[in-house]
Order: sequence, then C-alpha cells, then structure tokens
Amino acid sequence: MAVWYTDGALIMGAVAYDPKVVAIWDGFRDYFERRGLEFDYVLYSNYERQVAAHVLGYVDVAWNSPLAWLETERLARLMGREARALCMRDTDRDLTSVIVTRADAPPRRLEDLRGTRVGVGARDSPQATLIPLGLLAEAGLRPDQDVEVVPFDVMPGKHGDHVGGERDAVQALLRGEVEAACLIDSNLLAFAQEGTLRPGSTTVLARTPPYDHCNFTVLDGVKPELVERFRELLLGMSYADPAVRPLLDLEGLKAWQPGRTSGYRQLQAAIAAFGTVDAFVEQLGARCV
Amino acid sequence: MRLALDDLGFDEGGQILVKRALRRIPEGGTLEVTGQAPALDVHLTAWARAEGHGLQWVERDGRPLAVLTRGDAETARWSGAERAGGPDPREPGAVVESPPQRWGLAARGATVEAGAPDFGFGLVSKNEVWADDAVRLYAQAVAAQWDPNTAVPWDAPVDLPDDVEDAVVQVMTYLVENETAALVVPSRFIAQLHPHFREVMQLLAIQAADEARHVEVFTRRATLTRTELGLSTVGGQQSLKTLVDEPDFAIASFLLSVLGEGTFLTLLRFLERHAPDPITGAVTRLAAQDEARHVAFGVAHLRRQLTGDPGLKTRLAQSVHRRHEALRQSVGLNAEVFDALVLLAAGSWELSALRRGSHLVAQLLRDMDEGRQAQLRRLGYAPAEAAELSALHTRNFM
Repeated sequence: MAVWYTDGALIMGAVAYDPKVVAIWDGFRDYFERRGLEFDYVLYSNYERQVAAHVLGYVDVAWNSPLAWLETERLARLMGREARALCMRDTDRDLTSVIVTRADAPPRRLEDLRGTRVGVGARDSPQATLIPLGLLAEAGLRPDQDVEVVPFDVMPGKHGDHVGGERDAVQALLRGEVEAACLIDSNLLAFAQEGTLRPGSTTVLARTPPYDHCNFTVLDGVKPELVERFRELLLGMSYADPAVRPLLDLEGLKAWQPGRTSGYRQLQAAIAAFGTVDAFVEQLGARCV
Repeated sequence: MRLALDDLGFDEGGQILVKRALRRIPEGGTLEVTGQAPALDVHLTAWARAEGHGLQWVERDGRPLAVLTRGDAETARWSGAERAGGPDPREPGAVVESPPQRWGLAARGATVEAGAPDFGFGLVSKNEVWADDAVRLYAQAVAAQWDPNTAVPWDAPVDLPDDVEDAVVQVMTYLVENETAALVVPSRFIAQLHPHFREVMQLLAIQAADEARHVEVFTRRATLTRTELGLSTVGGQQSLKTLVDEPDFAIASFLLSVLGEGTFLTLLRFLERHAPDPITGAVTRLAAQDEARHVAFGVAHLRRQLTGDPGLKTRLAQSVHRRHEALRQSVGLNAEVFDALVLLAAGSWELSALRRGSHLVAQLLRDMDEGRQAQLRRLGYAPAEAAELSALHTRNFM
C-alpha cells in the first residue's frame, strides 16, 4: 500500500475565504481527475501568500482576485516572465461598484462628499475600496485628504472576497456613522433583496465604469500541456451537467469564459495612485530576481 | 417584447416580472425593459449577470432602455429533470414500480432536478408495499379519527368490586404494552418507505397515531381509580420483541397486522361486549374500529404482493414457525391477564359467574383462532395450512 501522491499533477492555489472553498475545489478536482487531468489544490489564508507561492513556483495556477492578478503581473514582469489570465467566470466580467448615500440626507452630488466620511470595505478590496476610491480621486476627492475614509476591514488579505465589510459599511451608513458607502453592484441588489436596505432608503450617488474580477492566472512555460487541458476542461463545463452544476452554483457562475485583461485598468490606475501594492511587490520581487 | 416596470424596483419584486417575461421568449430572444425605479440600472445589471442573461443599455427617446438577451441557464438547469410519477394513484404510471432514490422527498408528480442526492430508503418496490386500497383506507382513517376527550364518557360512574377493577387495570396494562408495539413497528417502516408511496406512508402514519390514542385511553381508564398499573411479564415482552426486531416489511405486516391485530380485534370486541363499565366499553370499541382498518391494510397489501411474488407465501408461513420456535421457551400470555379476562367476563367471584367467565374466555380463544384462520384463507392458504399456522400463533395474542 502506498500513499496517495501524484508528482505530475497540476497544482492550483486558492484563498480560503469561506469553508465552502473546500467543497468547491474538491468537486473540481474530482471533475478534472475523472477526465484524466491530475489536479490538486493548495489553500492559502491570504492572496499575498498565494502570489508569493505562485511566483516562487510552488503552485502552477492561481485563482486570483483582480488585485492578486495585478501583483502577479508586476512580479512576472520584474522576473522577465509573462503572466496570463487563462479563464474567468461569466460573472467576473463587467462588474460595477457604486457609492451610495442615505436617501433622506445630503450629499446629492459627488462633490458634496468633500469633508465627509466615506465607508469602504476591506482596505485591499478592489470592488468596495480601491476602485471606488479611485473614482473619487479622479473626481478630485483624494482619500484621507478630501474625504475621510472609514474602512470596514473584514478579513484583510482576502481582497474583499468576504461580503462582511460591505455589509458593515452599509449598516454604518444607515446608522449615520458615515455619509456614503462603497459596494459592488451585486451586493447592492443582495442587500436590497435580503432586507438590509429598505426600498428607497439609499441613493446611488456614483457608479464606476465596468471592470473585471477574478481569473485563473498562469506564468509562461509552466506545464503548458496540463494548463491547456485545464483550460479546455473549464471551458467545457456545462451548466446542464447535473454533476457540475452544484459546483458552478457554489462558485457563482453559469459558464467559464476565456480570460481577458482589458477589465483591470481602473484598478491598475487606483493602485498606482495609492501605492497599494508597491511595498509588497518590491519586497517579494527582491527575492525573485 | 417590451416590459414597463414603471417605478417597481428589484427591491420590491420587479425581478419576478422580468423573469416571467423572459420565460415567454425563446433563448437568444430579447426583452426591452423600461422603468423609473431608483437604482434599477444597477440592480438589473447585477441580476442579469448572475442569472446568465445578456444586457445592453441603449437610448430610446432620450431615456435609457435595457435590452435583455435571454440566456440558457434556466433551460440547462431543467434539461435533465424527470417527472416523479403523478399525483393521482388511479392514473396509469402515477405510482411507478421502483421509484429512484434520487426522487427522494419530492412530491409525487413533481419535476425533479437532475443531480439530487440519492436517499437510502429501504422499501422501494411497489410490489412490496403498495395496496390499491390504501387511498380508500387512508380517507376512511382520516374521517374516523376520534378525540379521546370527547369520544369516551369519562364522567360515567365506575364503581366495580375491587377485584374486578384490578382485573380491568391488568387488562389495560397489557393493552398499553401491546399497542406500544403496534405503534413502534409501523413507525420504523415509515422512515424506510420511499415517500413516492405517499398513501401507504400516510396510512402507516395515521396507524401510528391511532395507536398513540389507544395507549392514551387505555392508560386513562387504568388510572381512573388506581395510581399504579398492573404487571408486565418477560413472556409478553419476549413475544412483542420478535415483532419489533423483524426487519422485513411483509413479514412484520403479516405477524403484526394480520395475525396480531386480527387476534386483538377479536379480543377488543370481547372486552367491549363484556365490559363491566361504560368507559371500558367505549375505549375498547373505539380501538377495535381502528384495528379493523389496520388489519384490512395488512391483508390488502399482502394479497397484492402475493400475486406478484409466489415465494412470499412460503416465507410468511416460515416466519410463523420461526416465531413459534423463538417463543417456545416463553410463557406467552401472563396468567394474570388470563385470570383477569375470566374475572372481567364473570363480573364477580360467584362460582357460577366464574364458570361462565371461563367458558366465555375459552370461546374467545376459539373465536381468535377462527378469525386468524379466516384471514389466512383470504391470503390463499389452504384450510389445513391455515389451521396449522393459526395454532402456532403466539399465546400473547399480538
């Protein structure tokens, strides 16, 4: 009897933002292995640890947040390599974030936020912090100078994957502790439907242009045949397949789409302006090159 | 197609209207949505993305117009779904022979999404459990439910000689013990039965509820005059344990419902006829009504099963022999119960009364035997075989 180990497997990194992550990736592993792709996964407690593992070669593929994608892309460039966004969910495309205020109180225009408190999600959340603050900055409202940023820092390191920070920001808005709150469009809908936000209680003051979210990231030259098979199998997953549908429902998609990188420009501009990942990239980059 | 939501938002049910409109167009077809609710554009964007529908915003007459393109997710979700039989058991195909475990708890006649988990129901064959009479018997059982508080004249006088009252309490103690077995046995099978056989499940459930009432009224009668109940014996419990331990549904039905409750029916009618007080008469009469239904279902489903499974007849007969062997060393009916029946039928310690009571109980045993033989003949046993099997039935009656 021997232990279970496959040396040639494709290893994927993912961040454990919720216990359901285990069910999701166990299910995916079964799906891939039934189709002849040796696959395994490693869970990290935060995206920076995962990015480090990826660029240092401990994992072959990373299921990355948009911020982790940009970190990897910069590190790859430093190393003279190329990062590629392999696939993404249909629900990762063309997201928007909103800045909402209470319907019964000013401000009425973006400019009215000057000098007020703005509630955001986790400080590393692209959707609930970095991209909306980028929008404010472009409008001349610099964080911590022209507006007071109030972070609701649930699970730092998980890049806002947990909904808690956005919910806390919205509840602070309803209690009058902040004058505006930033959140992703799907949570505005979810909070309305679950009753956190009563109909008519908030006003959408501003909305970002569309942007993209997670992707499977690979670095050039890593197990190209396995990576290609992985991509094919992902794109071949059908919502009509009862064995696959529960996994897609858990991961929140109807179909996988080819990766694209055109939807990360707003986040790129925001982190360039705020210097969000500079220290991390510099520190890790020094080890990699 | 066009849908005007006016000022109805997605936080007030707007998405239900959108869903309904999308179902009326083919996949790939478009639906134009207009509305003035605040944040409709944000909500609609997020909703369409999550549901897998395409969405484009165009300007029409100076106002934004959402153009939704119906996606295929809903069709894909239900593409492998199955219809789980039909609700009306009289319709052909409504109750299938072997419902799959994946239909699980779904209502019979529902559309079941593919991929549901397999349940582990042990009784999944129509032939094993079904009786066409189940529908009628269930309806009858529901209509015949009685309220122990009002159906029994609890205020009627009970003024019996002490010894006769003791006999009544002993008989009630014995009845409670036996009715508890009759509650536990069908309850165990309800959990094993595939819920596709809804009417059988309902019938077994109401049977268990019947027994619950019997346990209540017999206990109440016993405690009208006494603070303690009578005796429970090893022999009685050994006999009942063979029923509780029986894992086979057909055999358990045969031993409990046909032979056991059949015998009990004769006993309850005897007790009603010779009841020394109106309350004893009422509780035994009401219980007998229910037991008659339990026997009818047992006979009905076994008769159906016997036609499709000729080997069952032998297995059932063997089960009587096995139970007889298992109980050979036990006493069976406790002497106190037997004596109590004689005294109850006699009504006093008068010698002539005791003689009459003794004759009546002897006749009761003959009636029980004849009743069992009649049921066995209804199941297809030849008269000689029926007589032999009846003679081997437990001396504990149930």
